[in-house]
Amino acid sequence: MQRSLISAHAATPSILRRYVFTTDHKVIGVQYFFLSLAAVLVGSFLSLLMRIQLVWPKVRIPFRGELKPEDYLALLTMHGTLMVFFVLSTVPQNGFGSYFLPLQLGASETSFPRLNMAGFWITLVSFFVLISAFFVPGGASLAGWTQYAPLSALAAAGPGQGMGTDLWLVSIGLFCLGSVMSAVNFIATTLRKRAPGMRLMRMPLTCWAWFVTAILILLAFSLLFVAAVMLLGDRHAGTSFFIPGGLIVSGRPVDHSGGSPLLWQHLFWFFGHPEVYIAVLPAMGVTSHLLSVFARKPVFGYRAMVGASIAIGALGFMVWGHHMFVSGMNPAAGFAFSTLTTAIAVPSAVKTFNWLGTIYGGRIRFATPMLFSAGFVSLFITGGLTGPLLAQPALDAYVHDTYFVVAHFHLIMAMAGLFAVFAATYFWFPKMFGRMMNERLGALHFWITLLGAYATFMPMHLLGLAGHPRRYSALTGVQYVAAMAPLQKFITVAAIITISGQIVFLVNLFWSLRKGPAADANPWHCTTLEWTLPSPTPAAGFGGREPVVTGSAYEYGDHGAVEDFVMQDAAPKTGASAL
Amino acid sequence: MSTALRLALVLITLACIALFLLHPWWFPVPASAQAPALDHGLKTALWLLGGLFIAGQIVLALFLGLKRSNSSSRHWYGNWRLEIGWTAAIAAIFFWFNVSGGGLWSRMTSADVHSGALRVEVTGVQFQWYFRYPGPDGAFGRVDAPKFARPDEGNPLGLDPGDPAGKDDIVSSTLVLPVDHPVELDLRAQDVIHSVFIPAMRLKQDAVPGMDIRTRFTPTQIGNYELVCSQLCGLGHYRMKATVRVVSEEEFKYWLKSQTAGRENPGMK
Repeated sequence: MQRSLISAHAATPSILRRYVFTTDHKVIGVQYFFLSLAAVLVGSFLSLLMRIQLVWPKVRIPFRGELKPEDYLALLTMHGTLMVFFVLSTVPQNGFGSYFLPLQLGASETSFPRLNMAGFWITLVSFFVLISAFFVPGGASLAGWTQYAPLSALAAAGPGQGMGTDLWLVSIGLFCLGSVMSAVNFIATTLRKRAPGMRLMRMPLTCWAWFVTAILILLAFSLLFVAAVMLLGDRHAGTSFFIPGGLIVSGRPVDHSGGSPLLWQHLFWFFGHPEVYIAVLPAMGVTSHLLSVFARKPVFGYRAMVGASIAIGALGFMVWGHHMFVSGMNPAAGFAFSTLTTAIAVPSAVKTFNWLGTIYGGRIRFATPMLFSAGFVSLFITGGLTGPLLAQPALDAYVHDTYFVVAHFHLIMAMAGLFAVFAATYFWFPKMFGRMMNERLGALHFWITLLGAYATFMPMHLLGLAGHPRRYSALTGVQYVAAMAPLQKFITVAAIITISGQIVFLVNLFWSLRKGPAADANPWHCTTLEWTLPSPTPAAGFGGREPVVTGSAYEYGDHGAVEDFVMQDAAPKTGASAL
Repeated sequence: MSTALRLALVLITLACIALFLLHPWWFPVPASAQAPALDHGLKTALWLLGGLFIAGQIVLALFLGLKRSNSSSRHWYGNWRLEIGWTAAIAAIFFWFNVSGGGLWSRMTSADVHSGALRVEVTGVQFQWYFRYPGPDGAFGRVDAPKFARPDEGNPLGLDPGDPAGKDDIVSSTLVLPVDHPVELDLRAQDVIHSVFIPAMRLKQDAVPGMDIRTRFTPTQIGNYELVCSQLCGLGHYRMKATVRVVSEEEFKYWLKSQTAGRENPGMK
């Protein structure tokens, strides 16, 4: 406390120190938010180009002309990488988490503010390194976001497999560094910076989600970093981790031997599956939190929810092999991964039940954050239920690498994940920027996105069941694929409408930043500590005041008082002890 | 807004049901011995999971509309009995489903080699498939791709000219198979990972450079089928395909003979 008083006193540093190179977790959170916004705009634009090229290959793109197959694959690789890393692994965790984890715990600072800042700047550099791959000879990598070796290990394997792939690997290496730094900060902050009375089991479920996710990031991204260094070694330092002997690429023998292509897949998916939960756990946390706020009811089964988050985090490291049923991995291992994958479906289902339990009988306020949270639950059910099918090796073998899988992960990770991000944006915008977003535009945005998400991704299940492989840059190569063109066109039209609909969100966001009605301290009538502060949050956070937590995060409903909620730091009623 | 949201959820659910019931695109005609069992498994899964999908969406729509007019929300923190009950129920459903599917995988991948299975070596090369038959001697000749592969001279796989076992090997760009006869494919790749996908046979298996991966199936219907690549392998991935021609036993023997007759050098026909 002493220190924060001093720093408040020595305040008014330069604008550069306050808004750019800052150790203020709130500003860093906003920086991550806008980085992800840039990434999601680029990523969506790339997917639009892909969808258009796929169904109308003759269309000429301004400044680019007709797109070639390698362009499609470069777009696909960059779309996946931007969305998975710079959107879904960035804004739910480092964006909202950097901003609100300390505040919800009752702290004005994180444990390692400089690490926090370094994490953001490394991530930003990583973003520009990735984008720069579009402008080097050969263009961006065409090996997909999974970068399977030896396609990714050999520069001769295709355009984009030269410098484009090097830049991809460097970018991801940097991203891993930045993420791990931030994760260390999250873990330390959660363990060390909680206000008096904020026991672990009083933390909002958002904090639990950020905490568990940080542990996942620490373990998973460390491993991906190592894998990226190994692959760079194969490409430039003469090592052969992933390249076996006896290869000929483009008519030339490859001077490597002894490596294993499957090793890359094991390393990648040992990162890659926890990555799915890194994206979705914070989204689950936000949804649990918001459903309680807007149903005006306590979270149903708080302890079960915490347990489910931990179970998902732990099991998340034991299921990676389900990406590899037809990879040539021993089929017997398929059984083990299948059963473990089925096991992880159980805590996910428990969460769904508890969300339904939370809204049951509530006096629901259908504000925009609630709409998106309800949309999250709907999409989570839809996308999640194809999981048990994909967990069965025999059934997965048929739909593996088809549009069925594309439908599955877009619904559950991309769409559900983004719905939670939108919900969080509409919900916390007043606290972050001191203004309210427009509710009518918010509702319009919700309707376009909900209907668009279903219209775009539901039909992809049929493509997959009919055997349409993913990552095809044209429909003309194979007869039975060409026959599915009408459905592909429908999907493209749906995608164009859905993505165009996001303009409503952008307009709302930037208009509200300047012109939105001023927000009071607690516009949604929430119990958690960030809402005890004025809107927008003052630079000093809680200032010299240290909140004392007296109750759980979800005291909603009838308490016999005028208000239907009790703040977490409310003075205890007579007779009840605070701690 | 509540009514609109609930209505939308119901309409979305109905549209999804209609999409799957009408299914303008669906599984290809089953043409292998394992296809009917796999189709049964997939359809069972779709009914079971589809049922849970409908139940989930309808319950969500219902709960979003249950209003307690004038009374405040129920101050309800949870219920361990319910919690344990639904956890056990969903675990039972999922694990039953998981275990029931295990047998199929086991049958598809079991290592017992059919004594009479026809062996064909499949090699994926950017962006072409090659199928090699052992010829009358029943033995595959030695291959050393870095040393001998000359696609323009009719030796794309790099058969060693010094190995007598390879003299009668047949290399084809079409996979010709006799009907109702078990086949064992021996999958290899020369450059990057490819994946053999024959939708009509419900067969998919990666071909990984440096590995020798076996997979088995039995075609049951005469006809032509498409074999495609389903693992991203580079810019020609979308057109890396071959034809699978399933013919009668006699026609297959005739084809083999026509391929061997009057050949001096191993290689492409």
